[in-house]
Amino acid sequence: MNSISVRALLIRGMLAGLLAGALALAVAYFLGESRVDAAIALEEAHAHTHTHEHGEELVSRTMQATGGLATGVLVFGVAVGGIAALVFCYALGRIGSFGPRATAALVAGAALLTVYVVPFLKYPANPPAVGNPDTIGQRTGLFFLMVALSVLLAVAAVIVGKRLAPRLGNWNATITAAGAYVLLIGLAYAFLPSFNEVGTDFPAGLLWEFRLATLAVQTTLWVSFGLVFGHLTERLLVPEASTGSAGVSDHSTARSAGAVS
Amino acid sequence: MAHSAAPTTVAPVITPISPKAIAPWAAFFGILMLVLLYFVGAEQGATAVISGEAVHEWVHDGRHLLGFPCH
Repeated sequence: MNSISVRALLIRGMLAGLLAGALALAVAYFLGESRVDAAIALEEAHAHTHTHEHGEELVSRTMQATGGLATGVLVFGVAVGGIAALVFCYALGRIGSFGPRATAALVAGAALLTVYVVPFLKYPANPPAVGNPDTIGQRTGLFFLMVALSVLLAVAAVIVGKRLAPRLGNWNATITAAGAYVLLIGLAYAFLPSFNEVGTDFPAGLLWEFRLATLAVQTTLWVSFGLVFGHLTERLLVPEASTGSAGVSDHSTARSAGAVS
Repeated sequence: MAHSAAPTTVAPVITPISPKAIAPWAAFFGILMLVLLYFVGAEQGATAVISGEAVHEWVHDGRHLLGFPCH
């Protein structure tokens, strides 16, 4: 029974991730691609300083912006959806008296914050033409370190919050744990090295719009994942909730209204 | 844990799924998902399993717009 429900939840997580990925893909295509193109145009204008793989085109820009982008965002959606579903399996019934839908929303919200927003504030996304190829190893390592640190500290904060709850009450325990998380993240921000590889002639407006677009992509992905996965899990785990209340009462009011008229 | 306290909410109590039931799924699919994320986010950037630039070039725009360090 339990292992069946893990399987069922995992499948739903990956499906919800695929759907969320499709919505994020639309946002990436309509908000992001024009900024990527603008940055590449700048890069090519300065081709003598930034020479990298654009020498001979392995994949055309059209393919990168359509099939390539779709592959990246959809695979990302399915993968994070699967991982979030596994986290959900463990979190359900353990983080407080939340039902499946609320747990899904909390997991998705926490994921957006800890996996994207917190690392982004230290190591923001960069458009093409920004970033020194010599530091890619260091930047990649530190970005994933920041993601790992943020996630581990968030898990620790949840555990500490749970421990403190009986003594301080839910509200104060949550504030204490969140405060400790913010403090430790602040220390990580202060002590980890920063990179500013934005060229002096790179337009500030374009950089800002590109970074906002990446934030919009991730927000779309996680918000829609939380809502879709929450809906699917509620229907799976609380069967009477889906067939009951809303649907039936709507139907019966419609019928009684019909009977009156 | 707290068996002494009477439940105050009317919401149906959800039995947590035992870690033993989650573990095999987490081990297999968790790692598979992380491998997928690696290929979308980092392959042929800082490190490379497959030689060349094809993977990097194919997911190039996705990598930038998902916020991964690209190049």
